[in-house]
Amino acid sequence: MSRGSARSLLGALASVTVAAAVWEVFARSGVFSTALTPSLAAIVPALGRMLADGTLLLHTLYTLYRILLGLALAAVIGIPIGMLMGRFGWAERFVLPLVSVLSPIPSLAWVPIFILWFGLGDAASIALVLYAATFPFILNTWTGVRSVNRIWIRAAEAMGAERGRLFRKIVLPGALPFVIAGARQAFARSWIAVVGGEMIAATNWGLGWVIFDSKEYLNADVMLATLLVIGLLGLGFERLVFQLMERRTVGRWGMVCTART
Amino acid sequence: MSAAISHLELRQISYVYDAGGRAVPALQDITFGVGASEFVCVVGRSGCGKTTLLNILAGFLGPTRGEVRIGGKAVTGKGLDRGIVFQDFAQLFPWRTAQRNVEFGLEMKGVPRAERVETARGFLRLVGLEAFAAAYPHELSGGMQQRAAIARALAYNPSVLLMDEPFAALDALTRDEMQRFLVDVWRETRKTVVYVTHNVAEAVYLADRIVVLTPHPGTVRAEVKVPLPRPRDPLSVEFVEAQRRVLDFLR
Repeated sequence: MSRGSARSLLGALASVTVAAAVWEVFARSGVFSTALTPSLAAIVPALGRMLADGTLLLHTLYTLYRILLGLALAAVIGIPIGMLMGRFGWAERFVLPLVSVLSPIPSLAWVPIFILWFGLGDAASIALVLYAATFPFILNTWTGVRSVNRIWIRAAEAMGAERGRLFRKIVLPGALPFVIAGARQAFARSWIAVVGGEMIAATNWGLGWVIFDSKEYLNADVMLATLLVIGLLGLGFERLVFQLMERRTVGRWGMVCTART
Repeated sequence: MSAAISHLELRQISYVYDAGGRAVPALQDITFGVGASEFVCVVGRSGCGKTTLLNILAGFLGPTRGEVRIGGKAVTGKGLDRGIVFQDFAQLFPWRTAQRNVEFGLEMKGVPRAERVETARGFLRLVGLEAFAAAYPHELSGGMQQRAAIARALAYNPSVLLMDEPFAALDALTRDEMQRFLVDVWRETRKTVVYVTHNVAEAVYLADRIVVLTPHPGTVRAEVKVPLPRPRDPLSVEFVEAQRRVLDFLR
């Protein structure tokens, strides 16, 4: 292990320990009954039980399936739209008002109507993720295209790049730092959408459903264990997907500084 | 120099730009020629229109009047017959290695991959960056980035090399080194060079001939031949004398 990664592991351990200690003090302080604020001594076994009987894995897979499919669709739709907006005035004039109106509407506000349209189940949650994730992709990609350094375009044009090739070979990679930023933001918004969607629209499976369902039985330990899982999944994606993606591309190219972890 | 033997000709170039509804003449009746393999520096203070002139030669701007000819043919717009090196180090594409940056023009020209790799490698060798072929621009020093930019502009074999103060952002020692290096590269490749600078010593070091521009609007004040043998000694009496002649026109 390099000194840098040892140090970042130490930092992570320290922050997790502090957070756990703060929770323990709060949980045992008697502000709420211990049934409502279970201590780690209750949360960890609950997590263990869910892991052992395999339900946690299934819930997680359902949620990841909804999130990743919705996110992928959002990327496929949002990135090209953002590119078109950055490149063509007509696309910008056409799309921007729509985005400005639709983007501030919280994805959760759509849940009832999506249930009417798609029924209970996967489709409603996926549609919700798609809704939440598309706008970050559109807006960031659009900004990325507009902030491509003019001198790259001039240099490429001087060497005979035009239209399609200019776009593919210069504008696309030049906009990549923003596209990755858009993916991060889209991912964060997807979690909000999927958990919210599952709470109401899912039947039997999904992490959001687990949280909502546990409320019925006052299983605060299960709720908190599930929240912890969601947090850990977020951390895992940040480290394994987004940071890696950045390190391999825009970080490698010196276009952004990568996280010091 | 007579038009007949000029490779690059500027004929009565004028450029007027629009500043909030007011027509401002930036260049007026610029006429001079540059012979094949000649090194011409365009010297003038900031605001004399020298960068505008270079942008017209590059085809980024169309002149309001007049025309540019290369090899006897009028040019309009950009073209692979000209290579361009800017002042800004950021001109290299950060997502491409030095090698792939140099290959860019060849790619645009449709040169097959194997040949492209070979040619680019040769130009990296010419500029002394062969060992850094796999490096990304941000891993190179400012001087090395400008060398890579020169290799990139030469690789697709343009007949004319246009340079816009390529060394102005370098420290003085590196700049001296780059000037010596550029003279070597020019002698090796025999390109027709138009080099824009506000640095008189640099112009005297590099140029066969210096075109002095004066501003408001930019006009050719004088053309000064620099008949000194190369390599030139910036501390010699003749060198200082040549600088003085140019400076006299600028004052």
